[in-house]
Amino acid sequence: MLNRTLNISTSPHITKGIGTDDIMQNVVWALLPVAIFAVYSFGMSALMVLLASVAACVLTEHFLCKFSKKESTISDWSAVITGLLLGLTLPPNFPVWMAFVGGVIAIALGKFIFGGLGYNVFNPALVGRAVLQAAFPVAITTWYPAFLENRFSTVSSSTFTMPFMEPTVDAITGATPLSAFKFDHVITPASDLALGLITGSTGETCALLILLGGIYLIARNMMNWRIPVSILATVYVLSGILHLIDSQAYPPPLFMLFSGGLMLGAVYMATDMVASPITPLGVVIYGFIIGLLVVVIRIWGGLPEGVMYAILLANAISPHIDNLIQPRVYGTAKSVKGS
Amino acid sequence: MSNPIQDKPNTGFWGSLKDSPSTDEFIKGLWRDNPVFVQVLGMCPTLAVSNTAINALAMGLATAFVLLMSNILVSSLRNFIPKQVRIASYILIIATFVTMTDYVIQAISVDLHKALGAFISLIVVNCLILSRAEAFASKNTVGKSVLDALGMGIGFTFALFCLGAVRELLGNGSLFGIPFFPENFQEWIVMILPAGGFFTLAIWLIIFNATKEKRATT
Repeated sequence: MLNRTLNISTSPHITKGIGTDDIMQNVVWALLPVAIFAVYSFGMSALMVLLASVAACVLTEHFLCKFSKKESTISDWSAVITGLLLGLTLPPNFPVWMAFVGGVIAIALGKFIFGGLGYNVFNPALVGRAVLQAAFPVAITTWYPAFLENRFSTVSSSTFTMPFMEPTVDAITGATPLSAFKFDHVITPASDLALGLITGSTGETCALLILLGGIYLIARNMMNWRIPVSILATVYVLSGILHLIDSQAYPPPLFMLFSGGLMLGAVYMATDMVASPITPLGVVIYGFIIGLLVVVIRIWGGLPEGVMYAILLANAISPHIDNLIQPRVYGTAKSVKGS
Repeated sequence: MSNPIQDKPNTGFWGSLKDSPSTDEFIKGLWRDNPVFVQVLGMCPTLAVSNTAINALAMGLATAFVLLMSNILVSSLRNFIPKQVRIASYILIIATFVTMTDYVIQAISVDLHKALGAFISLIVVNCLILSRAEAFASKNTVGKSVLDALGMGIGFTFALFCLGAVRELLGNGSLFGIPFFPENFQEWIVMILPAGGFFTLAIWLIIFNATKEKRATT
């Protein structure tokens, strides 16, 4: 049976190794189930939003590279991820032209201005979403119900709004579990949240698929597991304590964990390799800060959801976290601060 | 607050006009030493009241007027003001004209006065005016100071208008209050907010520096 020939070659025995594009490609594979579920639950409208944001990101990256007379960097897949992540954080009935604007802003303002991949201080997709949230606050908080009968044959009336025109308000709108809790004090059961039987942004509904993709990336050692674990643990513990203090006023910890964009943010956005700290301890502190901010914004803030701002704020301080916990160089005095 | 006019080579946009040094005092503020886009002075009013074209234009003209009058007075008094109290004297001179401007704007349009709010009084501490008084008017003749103030004032107004026009177009769908788009235009709320001011300023700075760089290489 064993008739394989033993191949003896001279050194060096080095294979290609894992490059940036390999990791990025794997992140895209891990995100695909989430995207497919988004199209399954919200139909053609969600597909249009996703396509628009991905196309905007890739085209912007390509033309900005051409404009600055550099080699085009779209082949490293990072622009695809930015576009996909941005599309997954937008409501399914979001007008396509706004999603396109968001993609352009994400790449141009969130990434290219800082010097491209590897230099972005903030997660580019979240920069795009933050600008969209500030620019079009009504459109980005108008939700579309999931699992409509005719979702594969028709799109929502606001999807194909003329560029720069106000989207028409749909007759049928839904409420996300977080806004239902914030404004009507209704708590959605955790099983519905985990399986994605709810309305929300295109990609944030099915927590299980997001976790599955995250586990795949962690198993292939392409993602720092400490970031999602520390974020989710912080949110769970803090909201658990609050729930124990007053179970009427504060939502149960499982609800906090599975609702809104927390899963998507913790697994795919906070783990941005450039914008997060590099040391193990620094990463845990970073995750704790994000979790703390999420709980504070959700429970005491004016907005129902705060994952985006929590991650962007933590991105801003992540270099300082690394600086703060810099270990003492062996042989130097204890009082010397990192320069 | 250095004044780089003396050692600049005669190249660029206005090269053919630069026959006499006094013309140069005027045109340097428009482009080469533009107070907003190059010196990045007076950021407070630039970012705060450039949300509509009218506000921006009014703010620019008010600042230009104060700049002109204070430059005239400072340069004509430059031999009488003791060095030790010069800043206090400049502030006093500037504040006089700011108070006048404040009343004039209130007389012309109460709405405009309300829109500009505290920023009219804050022209007193606009570092553009103080820097022109300290760096230029206190060392040069009245004639040169007038040209300098006119150039800087027009440059400042132009820059504020650039910001205000973009922000009003996207944030309100109008220009000078006249609707520019069909009725159901989607306003970009962020452009009216302070964040929009920063974005617009940054984009103008990029455009400005890119064209400047291109001109330097060709």
